[in-house]
Amino acid sequence: MKILHCPINGPRPIQEFSFGGAVRPMPDPQQVDDEAWADYVFNRDGEQGIQREWWYHIASNTWFIAERNITSDQFIRTYLWNGEEAS
Amino acid sequence: MPFRLLKFGLEKEYSEPRMFRSPAELRDSYDVVIIGGGAHGLAAAHYLAAEHGIHDVAVLEQRYIGHGGTGRNTAIIRSNYLTEEGARFYQFSVDLYRDLARSLDFNLFYSERGHFTLAHTPASLRTQRWRAEVNKHLGIDSEVVGPEFIKKKIPEIDLNCGGHQPPIVGALFHPPGAIARHDAVAWAYARGADQGGAEIHQRTTVSDIEVVDGRVAGVHTDRGFIKTRKVISAVAGWTTSIQRMVGLRTPLVVHPLQAMVTEPFKPWLDAIVVSASLHTYVSQSSRGELVTGASLDPYELISMRSTLDFAEGLAGHMLDLFPFLGDVKVLRQWAGLCDMTPDFSPIMGTTPIEGFYIDAGWGTWGFKASPVCGYTMAHTVATGEDHPLIRAFNVSRFGAFDLVGEKGAASVGH
Repeated sequence: MKILHCPINGPRPIQEFSFGGAVRPMPDPQQVDDEAWADYVFNRDGEQGIQREWWYHIASNTWFIAERNITSDQFIRTYLWNGEEAS
Repeated sequence: MPFRLLKFGLEKEYSEPRMFRSPAELRDSYDVVIIGGGAHGLAAAHYLAAEHGIHDVAVLEQRYIGHGGTGRNTAIIRSNYLTEEGARFYQFSVDLYRDLARSLDFNLFYSERGHFTLAHTPASLRTQRWRAEVNKHLGIDSEVVGPEFIKKKIPEIDLNCGGHQPPIVGALFHPPGAIARHDAVAWAYARGADQGGAEIHQRTTVSDIEVVDGRVAGVHTDRGFIKTRKVISAVAGWTTSIQRMVGLRTPLVVHPLQAMVTEPFKPWLDAIVVSASLHTYVSQSSRGELVTGASLDPYELISMRSTLDFAEGLAGHMLDLFPFLGDVKVLRQWAGLCDMTPDFSPIMGTTPIEGFYIDAGWGTWGFKASPVCGYTMAHTVATGEDHPLIRAFNVSRFGAFDLVGEKGAASVGH
């Protein structure tokens, strides 16, 4: 069974979590043109290697960030969102 | 031991005829380079030669032909899709498939079984009815049927799902639904491409694509540089690595899709059975094995690993439909990569990079589209313009907010 470390609840089975997609900075919709907005809405990086992504612990209603290698499925680390600007 | 086999075993060189040549050297240049030696890429190479007289073609495959999605799908062929663009496109593919064994002179074990998409809820039945009407409008044989008809055609099915799931209230029935031997499709197209003059280079990895002033100039591989002005990317689950080389952005994300087969037994299941609500599909292969698949893995991953969770979940749903399978053993389990688009339609044809043609976004519907993809991509490369059947699938549709929402895809729950 795959274990994911929740920053609040500690190690839990992966079935208790829901995947929320890559962390992506949202441009200000008032400031960008249609092309840039469409790029934000639809396009993804989806590349091999390490990705920062949103995960959700369903039972405790906790959203947090995980750094995961999406080629090897290894979680590097997990932590709570601290308001930082996503890079 | 037969004498011929003994003689064959003692020979130093492989004396049987091969499906295709294996040229020792890459040439310096080709008219067209196709990245990806799956059914799509090989079909494109075949149709480039057969339909458009373009013979100077190289197919580059990082592993062996059919290593990716071609050899990892559950081999179902159907055209009962929901959108007009999708249904027309897949119907053309079915038409090509029906004639393929003859035109390529290769036994594909193409077997029309009838395809049931089971509905467990009124909401699901409503979608099936919608699909049936779109299909009938386009001349595709497709019909909503009731539980009695399902029970008559598949006597072993438990319409009540053992009380564990909502009962089966109807199904979308698609009589031309078929299965075929997927490896044979790759081999047949490989032989066709080879006979048409294309070179197939296995174990050749593309490391970069040279783009000069917005147009393709060549391809870097681990066996040297190739000059070419036209590149088709037909790598499905590996597209996110290729698109980076030319600076193309797409919505593709990759999820694994797992499947498994049981031990073989006597033929009892003629139809192909799909439950959209249970995310299960099953058919019995010509070898007698039950070939079963489910939905995508729940999170992004570019890896073909298998999980026990999946086998347990799928087995549970199989038992809901066919309780008597309780003692049957699972023989093999595997995974393939699914490059998913947000609208469940593929990304095909020309791109903003001149000479770079994309054939991607094939998660869960790639195998059935192999012939039409090869056919339309060959047309697109030969003429420089998207074939009418794939115009709606151009990558520019996302920038134009003009998506093709294909809810008839296998991975969509309804």
